[in-house]
Amino acid sequence: MLLGTLIYGFINSCILALLALGFNLTFGISGVANFAYGAIYIFSGFLTWITMNSIGLPYLLSVFISILCAALIGLLIYYIVILRVKGLALSEVMATFGLGIAIMELFRYFDFVGFKYTLPVFFDGSIGFGEVYVDYQRLFIALIAVALTLFLYFFTRHSKIGLAFRAIAQDERTALTFGIDSDRIGALSMAFGAALAAIAAIVILPLGTIAVEGGYEVLINALAVCIVGGLGSTVGILVASVLIGYAQTFTANYLEPHWMMLVSLIAIAVVLTIKPSGLFSRQKELEERI
Amino acid sequence: MKKRKERIDRGIKVRSEDIFALSSYREMIYLLMPRAIPVVGLLGIAPFLSPYWQEVFISTSIYALLAISWDLLISAGLVSLGQSLFYGIGSYIAGALNHYCGWSPLFTIPVATVMGGVLCTVLLLPVLRLRGIYFAMVMLVLPLMLSRLVEATRILGGTEGLPGLTPFPNQLIALYVIQLALLATLFGFRRLMASDYGLVLKGINDNDRSVMSAGLNIYLYKTQVLFIGASVGSFAGAFGTHIDMFAGMPGFALDYALLPVAAAVVGGMGTFAGPMLGAFILVPLSEILRALGALRIVFYGLFLVVFIVGLPEGIFPYVQRKYHQLERWVELE
Repeated sequence: MLLGTLIYGFINSCILALLALGFNLTFGISGVANFAYGAIYIFSGFLTWITMNSIGLPYLLSVFISILCAALIGLLIYYIVILRVKGLALSEVMATFGLGIAIMELFRYFDFVGFKYTLPVFFDGSIGFGEVYVDYQRLFIALIAVALTLFLYFFTRHSKIGLAFRAIAQDERTALTFGIDSDRIGALSMAFGAALAAIAAIVILPLGTIAVEGGYEVLINALAVCIVGGLGSTVGILVASVLIGYAQTFTANYLEPHWMMLVSLIAIAVVLTIKPSGLFSRQKELEERI
Repeated sequence: MKKRKERIDRGIKVRSEDIFALSSYREMIYLLMPRAIPVVGLLGIAPFLSPYWQEVFISTSIYALLAISWDLLISAGLVSLGQSLFYGIGSYIAGALNHYCGWSPLFTIPVATVMGGVLCTVLLLPVLRLRGIYFAMVMLVLPLMLSRLVEATRILGGTEGLPGLTPFPNQLIALYVIQLALLATLFGFRRLMASDYGLVLKGINDNDRSVMSAGLNIYLYKTQVLFIGASVGSFAGAFGTHIDMFAGMPGFALDYALLPVAAAVVGGMGTFAGPMLGAFILVPLSEILRALGALRIVFYGLFLVVFIVGLPEGIFPYVQRKYHQLERWVELE
């Protein structure tokens, strides 16, 4: 029982880290809290389903298409909406929130509800650790989460765009004097965040069905991890996802599955009350509270 | 004979704001008309509506109250993405008092108004020091958390809620009560913001640190504003729960959080009349679009985006400006 809880807690942590990576990337670089994040997640899940089942493309091609489309949507949201309200944090949040709800409810309107909306797993079967059986898909999720974290680490340190990302995040004005276009980088960061959401959707959604409500839960979970860890800090994300992941798994196993979502919500409320900048944040304290 | 154009409002503004001496009935009409429109429009039309549209007007007024309370909070720099918290708490208090104690709506609604205000204020007291987006995120999360809590602990009827509450004796009475409350809130809040007290609130919104350095305790002001806003929201919740004859988890639903924000953005923030106008545009519109089902929420979302990007000042300030710019022809001397 305990071993199972530990293993599943680790996998849950990986899921949370995967969900939060994209949200964190966009916020950390361009300072945009993308509240349409859950909508993009759900959108890429449904798009993969549509391209596979309605159009009949092979799985890998449809995965590729939906990641590209998600990135494109991120770009469009940035250039059409966010660029016009840039710097007004409240307007950004409300605009992306409204857009996210519009996208998600559009799927509900077109009746994308039911058990038939599932994505296939990458590998079928399961493996046993002692008495605990873990299916390959869950291991695959953990693998992807670790791989993506490593990829982002090297990408932001050893590629031109990645270095530009960090430059904008550290000091926008100085970065501008070096010829880095902050709007272009902001748009790219949004596209990267959206693509990460799509990747997360494609590896995580096979565990259950694709549902519109999932979008809201993804947003809450991503927010919880980012707030607990500190918005914009990658180390914080990893620590926070382990904390919340294990807390969720333990409550689900020893209390009731009902309480699982409550863990993220309480974590958000408590951390914002006590230390709003999060455990590992680089934001200035004065900006968020007086 | 030569003529030129002259702005109507210039002289009236000076005479009405500084020396309080109006010279003609025309000037009084100029000043009174915009204020009379909502009063006459709401109270005068009500008896002639069909029962169905009376119902729509009741729910519109409930949303308008939530939107006005949102507007008061934002005037003091408190961004609330969760008006459903106030609505849900108000509805649960009124519902529980009616369901378990059997009180009549005459008592449950006032009690829920005050108790809801106090409860929400106490609940939000620890996060009152947060600013902007951080406060907004707490407000977004709290109603979700409370509804999950009700679901998980199964208190107050759990997922089934509290059914069979006492309805109002007559729909027309209910309509008049809520409309009078709405008008009182609208004009009361506008008067409040025009006073010195309102000036401090605006100062907190513009630059809280400079208000602090003026020696004013901004937390005291924020607490008071939160209580007023939460009371209005709880009143809307308590009233709505007796209309629906049901108190339950839908009180914390996203509708009550999203629509007031959308109404305020569409109508124009910080004017109180704007959010009310926005509610009276969006809710009836969504009734007309009811056949489209879930598409209504899509429209709310898109309205929000289009107005934030396209017309950030909102409809009401735009109309107000045009009204002040009205001109007339006068002869050159």
